[in-house]
Amino acid sequence: MLRKSALLTALIATQLAPLAQAAPPALPSGISTGSPSMPAGLGSKPTLPGGLTTQDPDSNDFSDSYDDETPLSISGFWEARGGLRTQSDSNERGTSIGETRLQLEMQKEFELFTANLTTDLIYDTVDRQRHIDLEQGKGWLDLREANIEFSPADFIDIKLGRQILTWGTGDLLFINDLFSKDWNSFFIGRDEEYLKAPSDAIKSSFFSSAVNVDLIITPHFDADRHIDGRRVSYFNPTLDAISGQNTIIKTDQPHGSEVAVRLYQTFGTYEIALYGYDGFWKSPAGFDMTSGLATFPELSVYGASLRGPLSKGIGNIEIGYYDSKDDSSGKDPLISNSEFRFLVGYEQELIKDLTISVQYYLEWLMDYDNYRNTLPPSSHERDEYRHLLTTRLTLLTLNQNLRWSLFAYYSPSDGDAYLRPKVNYKIDDNWSAEVGGNFFLGEQTHTFFGQFRHNNNLFAAVRYGF
Amino acid sequence: MKKTVQNRLASLFLAAGLLASSVAFSAPSVDEIVNKTNFVAYYQGQDGKAKVKMTITDEQGRDRTRQFTILRTDEPQTDSLENNDYKGDQKMYVYFNRPADVNKMVFMVWKHPGGSDDRWLYLPALDLVKRIAATDKRTSFVGSDFYYEDVSGRNLEDDNHELVSTDDNYYVIKNTPVNPDSVEFSYYTMYIHKETFLPIQTEYYDKNGALYRTNKTLKVDTIEGFPTVTKSSMENLKTKSKTVMEYSKVSYNLGLPEEIYTERFLRKAPRKWLR
Repeated sequence: MLRKSALLTALIATQLAPLAQAAPPALPSGISTGSPSMPAGLGSKPTLPGGLTTQDPDSNDFSDSYDDETPLSISGFWEARGGLRTQSDSNERGTSIGETRLQLEMQKEFELFTANLTTDLIYDTVDRQRHIDLEQGKGWLDLREANIEFSPADFIDIKLGRQILTWGTGDLLFINDLFSKDWNSFFIGRDEEYLKAPSDAIKSSFFSSAVNVDLIITPHFDADRHIDGRRVSYFNPTLDAISGQNTIIKTDQPHGSEVAVRLYQTFGTYEIALYGYDGFWKSPAGFDMTSGLATFPELSVYGASLRGPLSKGIGNIEIGYYDSKDDSSGKDPLISNSEFRFLVGYEQELIKDLTISVQYYLEWLMDYDNYRNTLPPSSHERDEYRHLLTTRLTLLTLNQNLRWSLFAYYSPSDGDAYLRPKVNYKIDDNWSAEVGGNFFLGEQTHTFFGQFRHNNNLFAAVRYGF
Repeated sequence: MKKTVQNRLASLFLAAGLLASSVAFSAPSVDEIVNKTNFVAYYQGQDGKAKVKMTITDEQGRDRTRQFTILRTDEPQTDSLENNDYKGDQKMYVYFNRPADVNKMVFMVWKHPGGSDDRWLYLPALDLVKRIAATDKRTSFVGSDFYYEDVSGRNLEDDNHELVSTDDNYYVIKNTPVNPDSVEFSYYTMYIHKETFLPIQTEYYDKNGALYRTNKTLKVDTIEGFPTVTKSSMENLKTKSKTVMEYSKVSYNLGLPEEIYTERFLRKAPRKWLR
């Protein structure tokens, strides 16, 4: 009788549930020794075996040197990177990049503060300058970070010393981020992290439910590591020609401080920020006739940004007003006029592991009539509006170990473009290799990207991370 | 005498039968099972922490590892299964240690079941807080065989659930997507441990009905009273790639402050809570 009903149940079960035909999985360790294939009555009550509950959950701890509990963590990478110009440049070397670099990143936690130190030791075969200039990032040592972080109160964070600073919503376009950039690194094919040059600053952050405030004071002005002809040739307006090492731009750095402030808050999932900056143009934007030096005129920037989900992706919008205070009327032909800058962007994962982003960016020159009227004869006239479109395509293949990417800038008003293709392969947990290029296209030699036409280059790199 | 024994036996059988039927009646509904499983797998405690080590082994047997610490806080202030009150938004903070190229990188998610999640990425070398546009939750999580959805939980309302069988150890649930075009599987079967409600094995079947992806729970520890998966694997039968996830230093109800899941702590890791 019993057997019959059991058979019936089994029959019904198989009829109703073809899935049950597949052998059910054995229970994992920690649950029971009972296996579903066991006869009824034996494994029917899978209870935790004694002793398991007392098992130390930390027994399979795999903490290592990366663990936060170690007093000092050291990480970093070694890499070798080489690149060649794909056309000749009478003013620059054929080797666009040839260097090896060891980055050591150290972090030590003390009771009241954390100390960070990131140093790059470099052997550069292109720029043979050996003496160290930490400001310009020249020589065999580049100090990326040397700071201490502490919180004097629950709602305050302070970061004091050399640090990398970033804010704003643009992707490789910056309106309210006036922290130092290294455009040479960017154009010759160093890793993207080197676009950001360090700042020697005091960053104070205040947090509250109403608004968060970042206040960054840079006691001594930190200029961009701007294009000066040493590594990258550029258009020199005084010579009305592309120049390079024959005419290295010499500058007169202002003695002054910079103040940058950001007020931000998240509403729902929308991030809103207001920005202010008082300091100087970060790359030369003026010229002193008497000394023959390029200058960094005074600049104030006021701006705002909004970022958040839009349709199936992320949308962002950012504006900024650049007040060129040394030439507020725009009548001084030797100093850049004020500008209004605007950008709007959108990013979406198009299909699995393929992401596309597009941006539109505008530079609107203020006091354009004054600019035109005072422009020295035979100079190349800038447009009132510089329009720029960008796109980024990122495709991940081979379990996300092979990354194909393309970042492209195209300006319909300047008629020029800049392409940054790159393929990066993670060979294993430590080794990676990449090849990429920087290509500048333009109808004219004096436009923003067109002037770099002799700097087209291909590069390759291998890196060992630890 | 003999008769009484027979009678007694009969009544005993009757009682056993009644008991059995009452047990059968008190067996949980499909809804209760899937919710309890969802709770046990993703919502236990008000918050939680774990150190995770992932080992990804490809077809050729090459290993890649990922190490990270994961913090999680639930929006609902209760673990109650009544009216599924436990369910709701969650916030997650993932701090990477390894491999070297992602050291100190942070991935943050504000999970909205039924909607799109908000995701951020912090890249320390650039001090860049990036917002990630990722609509497909079934893409690989950090190059492993686990999908984002496997790590953060799949919305229960996205599937129809059916209890296909019950045996001594398991409730076997067949899950069929409400919107089949949105996913790569035709259905998946979960073997849910009856006692703990932990999913012990999940089998994904492709559009042709062939098994191609299997998730296994390899080890369970009871931590602070919560049955917790401390080792699991995901195997892709098509790519022959397999990922093993091991959890250590798991703890619950730490009292994680809500501020952890903000830009402040993306830029400055909450070390106290990551230890």
